[in-house]
Amino acid sequence: MTRSEERLAAAYVFVALVALFGGVTTGLFQALEYAGVDIYPKLDPVIRSHYHSLTYHGVLNVLVWTTFFICGLLPFLAARSFGRPLANIRLAWGTFWLMVTGLIAAAIPLAANAATVMFTFYPPLKAHWAFYLGLTLVVAGTWLVTLNLALTWRGWRAENPQGRTPLAAFMSLVTFAMWSIASVGLAAEMLFLVIPWSLGLTAGADPLLARTLFWFSGHPIVYFWLLPAYISWETLVPRQAGGRLFSDPLARTSFILFLVLSTPLGFHHQYTDPGIHQGWKLVHAFLTFAVFFPSLLTFFTVVASLESGARARGGKGWITWFGKLPWGDPSVAAQVLAMILFAGGGIGGLINASFNMNLVVHNTAYIVGHLHLTVGTAVTLTFMGITYWLVPYLAGRALWSRSLALAQVWLWFGGMVIFSPTLHELGLRGMPRRTAIGHVAYLQSDWKALLPLVGVGGVLLFISAMLYFVNLVLTATVGRGPAPAMLAFAEATSGPEYAPAFLDRWRPWIALAVALIVVAYAPTLLRLATMTSFAVPGMRVW
Amino acid sequence: MERGVERRSTTIYLWELAWILPSIAIPVGMLVALGVTAFGAGIHLTGDQGRVDPQHVAAHPLFKEPGVVEIAPGQYEVRLTAQIWSFAPNEIRVPAGSTVHFWATSKDVIHGLLVPKHNINVMVLPGQIAHAQARFDTPGEYPIICHEYCGIAHHTMAGKIIVEERKR
Repeated sequence: MTRSEERLAAAYVFVALVALFGGVTTGLFQALEYAGVDIYPKLDPVIRSHYHSLTYHGVLNVLVWTTFFICGLLPFLAARSFGRPLANIRLAWGTFWLMVTGLIAAAIPLAANAATVMFTFYPPLKAHWAFYLGLTLVVAGTWLVTLNLALTWRGWRAENPQGRTPLAAFMSLVTFAMWSIASVGLAAEMLFLVIPWSLGLTAGADPLLARTLFWFSGHPIVYFWLLPAYISWETLVPRQAGGRLFSDPLARTSFILFLVLSTPLGFHHQYTDPGIHQGWKLVHAFLTFAVFFPSLLTFFTVVASLESGARARGGKGWITWFGKLPWGDPSVAAQVLAMILFAGGGIGGLINASFNMNLVVHNTAYIVGHLHLTVGTAVTLTFMGITYWLVPYLAGRALWSRSLALAQVWLWFGGMVIFSPTLHELGLRGMPRRTAIGHVAYLQSDWKALLPLVGVGGVLLFISAMLYFVNLVLTATVGRGPAPAMLAFAEATSGPEYAPAFLDRWRPWIALAVALIVVAYAPTLLRLATMTSFAVPGMRVW
Repeated sequence: MERGVERRSTTIYLWELAWILPSIAIPVGMLVALGVTAFGAGIHLTGDQGRVDPQHVAAHPLFKEPGVVEIAPGQYEVRLTAQIWSFAPNEIRVPAGSTVHFWATSKDVIHGLLVPKHNINVMVLPGQIAHAQARFDTPGEYPIICHEYCGIAHHTMAGKIIVEERKR
């Protein structure tokens, strides 16, 4: 591990944190708007409308914060895990600057209210071309990260022809391989549909084809966010908690299954779209439930690993061992609390994916409640927990305040416990998502009592985030005390020597993943691509 | 390595296996439950109902005159267009106990069609014909909400369906 690699990780994490700051701040405005406190007039011209704010919130949180954090963390962990530097550090820095360039290109029209199209940017809403081009460069950057990881693996393999790929490196490779396959849909949408159209080279777009390509990548992107959290939960947290990873082979198996199953299921976001046959929607419903299998494997491995730590610390009983986890360590507390709320996110996800129950929840506030448990807590609170060891390590200074960090973590948990169930319930009562609820023409009486709770939860989450930023800034600038040592990876009770060798082979699994995607998507995509007239002109209606 | 081999007893292997089997059984069981309730309850999602030229929506026979048509006793068809930022028709009256079939398309950007608590939840895309149906048994006034962001006045886009007492 070179100093340059640590600086690279720090650079990515810095950009990610800046994005998160913007993301949570705009989130506060939306929560207040729901609660009847409209502060947008005071924010003009920086924030032009609720929808301008909401686009910032989505793009900064789910596209920038996640992607930059992951591109910083995973190569860092993989290099540690391999015990060798990245194959090409110059390529890695070039990738970083390419992604930053893309980010700036997308940010300019976004700031100028020329891209108020949400992070899903469905045509025919038409943003400035630089927004699409910039996001495409960010995606291209993630492919270069994959390339660098793959080259690093090849170098390692040449020197270790027999051994199992070290677990954290293996999981990082799977995460990026999965995303590189899955992001082909998004890249195709950008390159063939949206960019030429936004430049005026083609007259119209096809909204259904664009949505289908978007959701081709749009569900697996959730796994691109979650798998890095699982990497932390399985390779680092067990040791932080004083225990061992329960089973290395189970962890590997679940990741290979995520590689194979993450992509061919995007129609469960399009159950209510006309123009896609019901039969194919049903196929994707089946495959969505199939991916629940590796999720359950992960769940068990993670909980069993935590339990080993708690029992080593004197925990007893079937359930009460939970209290013996090192709750005083903010990094562990954050991640365990993230896991707890993620259980609700997982169950809610099964409801969304259900062919029939989706009719009740699709595009309602329920989905917003769900997303805040998954990306907003399982991912974000876990990443916060990771930064509580990573930032001190990279900055070479001790964490400024451990108790402030603990307060922050619990405040996030508490805020989310108010915020997310309220939105779930409002969704069940028919409240739409992505809507300026404080100004709707159809406010229902059974929404009114709950809306202030959205504001309360949102304010608590915002305060938690600000405590988080204060702590990190003070750590990096005035933190005293010696820098913590780099965390060591957890040992496994059932170790890698029990993992079948075929789990270490890439080609068959990637081939299987591609084959499943072809089966699940080719008939519909071919039909849509050949039938479309590209007749829908773009509109700027904000 | 040697220590690792000792540590992995048969018990651990059985634990792994003991978890894998229910992890398969749970999703399979859920899928069966889902299939039974979805098809047993006759839930039906919008499928491929054909296309329409989004520039000339009125040229399509279904959307020549947006409105409500009684197609059979107790069966109503709503031929609906969505456009920024309104539905046409925006007020629908049917007697209680009616089954209402919505046929919808958009004249501009993507809109949505949501009638809370009645399983009407469908995307309204330019170029596509969406279909949804539900039975309205309880008299009252229900909102028809656009649930897809469609521009700066998205939150004003709504209509209503008024279910009237059946005349005896």
